[in-house]
Amino acid sequence: MGWKDAIEGKPGDLVLLNGNEAIARGAYEAGVRYASSYPGSPSSEITETLSRVPASDLYAEWSVNEIVSLEGATAASFAGLRAMCTMKADGLNVAFDFLTSMNLGGCKGGLVLTVADDPQGHSSVKEYDSRYLAKSAMVPVLEPSTVKEAREMAIKAFDISEQIKGPVLLRSVTRVSHSRGLVRLGALAQERKKAEFPVGQRFLTKTLFHMKARDRLIQAAIIFEECKFNYTEGPDRADTVIFCCGTSLLYAREAINILGLQGKIKLVKIGTTFPLPERFILSNLQGVKNVIFAEEIRSFIEEGVMLIYARHNIGNIRFYGKISGDISGVRGPFCGEMNPDIIIKAIARVKRIQYEAPGYSPETIVEFSTMLPPREYAMCPGCPHRASFWAVKTAIAVDSRDCIVAGDIGCYCLGAWDTGYNLFDSLHCMGAGPGIASGLSKLEKFGLKRPTLTIVGDSTFYHAVIPGLINGRYSGSDFLCIVLDNSVTAMTGHQPHPGSGISNHGRSTTAIPIEEIVRGLGIPCAITDPFENDKTAETISSTLREPGVKVLILRRECALVAARKHQHKKQRVYVDQSLCRGESCGCGRFCTSVWGCPGNIWDPVAGKAVIDEAVCAGCGVCATLCPAGAIIAEEVDK
Amino acid sequence: MKDPINMVITGVGGQGNILVSEILAKAASVEGFRVTVGESYGMSQRGGSVSSHIRLSRNCLYGPIIPAGHVDIIVGFEPVEAARIALELGSPNVKIIVNPRPVFPVHVLMGKCEYPPIEDLLDKIKGITAQTLIIESTVLAAQVGDPVVQNIIMVGALAGSGYMPIPRETFEEIITRVVPQKALELNQKAFKIGFETAQNINRS
Ligand code: SF4
Ligand code: SF4
Repeated sequence: MGWKDAIEGKPGDLVLLNGNEAIARGAYEAGVRYASSYPGSPSSEITETLSRVPASDLYAEWSVNEIVSLEGATAASFAGLRAMCTMKADGLNVAFDFLTSMNLGGCKGGLVLTVADDPQGHSSVKEYDSRYLAKSAMVPVLEPSTVKEAREMAIKAFDISEQIKGPVLLRSVTRVSHSRGLVRLGALAQERKKAEFPVGQRFLTKTLFHMKARDRLIQAAIIFEECKFNYTEGPDRADTVIFCCGTSLLYAREAINILGLQGKIKLVKIGTTFPLPERFILSNLQGVKNVIFAEEIRSFIEEGVMLIYARHNIGNIRFYGKISGDISGVRGPFCGEMNPDIIIKAIARVKRIQYEAPGYSPETIVEFSTMLPPREYAMCPGCPHRASFWAVKTAIAVDSRDCIVAGDIGCYCLGAWDTGYNLFDSLHCMGAGPGIASGLSKLEKFGLKRPTLTIVGDSTFYHAVIPGLINGRYSGSDFLCIVLDNSVTAMTGHQPHPGSGISNHGRSTTAIPIEEIVRGLGIPCAITDPFENDKTAETISSTLREPGVKVLILRRECALVAARKHQHKKQRVYVDQSLCRGESCGCGRFCTSVWGCPGNIWDPVAGKAVIDEAVCAGCGVCATLCPAGAIIAEEVDK
Repeated sequence: MKDPINMVITGVGGQGNILVSEILAKAASVEGFRVTVGESYGMSQRGGSVSSHIRLSRNCLYGPIIPAGHVDIIVGFEPVEAARIALELGSPNVKIIVNPRPVFPVHVLMGKCEYPPIEDLLDKIKGITAQTLIIESTVLAAQVGDPVVQNIIMVGALAGSGYMPIPRETFEEIITRVVPQKALELNQKAFKIGFETAQNINRS
């Protein structure tokens, strides 16, 4: 458990932390007093770790969304305390309106905005480069290369923020946040500042204050010129240099070693990616013939360096990067994450050398890999979302008007793919569903005859759905909003939300039930249990026929949370193979091929269904759906 | 001794990858290695493939992604996942320790694609590796008393394989540190059985 070492470790200890825990440790050492976040992979462990700090030292909050989260953290900074607000890249869009406003007036206590980008989209629906947002908000950016540096940068970011009196953005990426490495812990800050908001102190936004934001950037640029996070490796002079940041530093180092070019290529490591340290960069362009760029997602440093080059008379340099198409993985330039092989390829091209990776012949690879079935994501065994999706699918079939389904982001985004019966017709950002459903429902007079429903999650409901519902009711739209309520923010690691009645520190707080909010808006609201599948499907199809905006909550605890709480399965589920219809069932073995719970597997010898008891969560839903009554769910004692 | 040592732990979400990479990384750091672990577990709860890249070196710090062809050891909790990593990152020099028990992807369960016959799959794996140790870790874990310690059986097998320059005692010490007290005995048993099974495999 990394959080334990991060929080309880002693100065001088060498501990194994992931990048997020290292950032949390850095913040803790820097004396952070306020940590807020809306959970989002790959950033969530930062606030999770900080939530373990004794409550007397730190206030930690899972906020309802990113903008309130940043507003809260900024308030702490106004009062002179150090604050960290954390989010994934997509969240920065939500917080952006406030960020671009508060950055004009500035702040006081160190304010660090940690944003984790997800190149390759390991756990996101988009690859997003937050550095461009930071640039348009005029906020300086630091970008760590290693877990160790993540801790150091977190500490330094607070200092810089206080020096310039504005926020600093710490950009992590999945390969830093979710990498682990050894970190030497430092001492915790001794100074305990009191929160003060003196009479007459004001923080305002005004067009003229753009000048303040600009001057802050100029100040940051001066600091960055002397900053230890920018350095070079390898020979003093070389005709080829690689400008790199983030984990690309490590990939580039390895690429040079693999090609045996130590001493022949210079590495220029940039840790302060905005504003770029111009003098430092210029000094590393003198006398150079080839420049290679290695960075995650977009061509941020590449553009910056080329602009610096264009403004000075430096001689002929060729640039190899995403813009030229030389830095490119299997998805081509600008898409997918960096790795050592991409850099090896680029260096080999520049240096005109042949490189063949050790490995297998293309024929071996093709022949063998066609044998390997792909592994798509699936919802967990016993997941209430599967039951909910099944009920929606059934209801839409009964309704027979080809209802359009607007989806939303969470575990249940799997509703867009096979495991969720390909239900979603649209899938975008948190809260997009009700707006889209509302808009579609206005198009009847222009010929659109299909009804609409939208499926959102419980955490999303608080985060971004409420304005869409109000808008729908106000504008007299017709749609059904289904809220999948599993009582936690499941996707990102089961953080509590306003409906769960639990705070970050695990204490109970006032729960704000979804139904009270909905009814308060004058919108009719029903609640069913998706495990009572027939009843749920009936409720959906009857509600779909009613006019206006309607909300239906499908409430059932997340299977993983339930398993953790109850330890024992409530039911033992098995197939009575003498009753099973085998291949001729449904559209062909209903439970495995259509329903699709990982617990429902096939016994090829008997030609009948069977339950994988090691996987089955004992929810019993398949037993209610089997047309032959061959799946038996038995109560177990305890 | 080769430097760096590059290893991948691979399996399916929920099989306990992360604990294993934690044990290995900590054991290696006790032995004085510089360690990097790169993990992809963003959607692991949703039954996807998960893999951890572990890089050990006495000289310098390596990145969280192993270059193609450079993996030395693969520990596979699931045979298709082990094969996938071998093809992506392996070479004829790679050594594999694999649990032969399939975890069927949803598309296989749904009848949209086939899972290869397990014997064919294992033969293919043997054909592209320097050495393949097949460890029935799911079966052994059930014998020990709980299928979830499949992962610790595999740690034991890795320690018993002699593929890594880390002594048995170091692994045992780390397991004592990272496993909660109430599950310790079970895990120690699992480690021991894995270790002995790997040691007793005839590798000629
Ligand atoms: S749904 Fe029932 S009858 Fe059909 S294959 Fe499954 S167990 Fe057999
Ligand atoms: S009872 Fe059926 S649906 Fe529920 S987890 Fe077990 S196999 Fe899956």
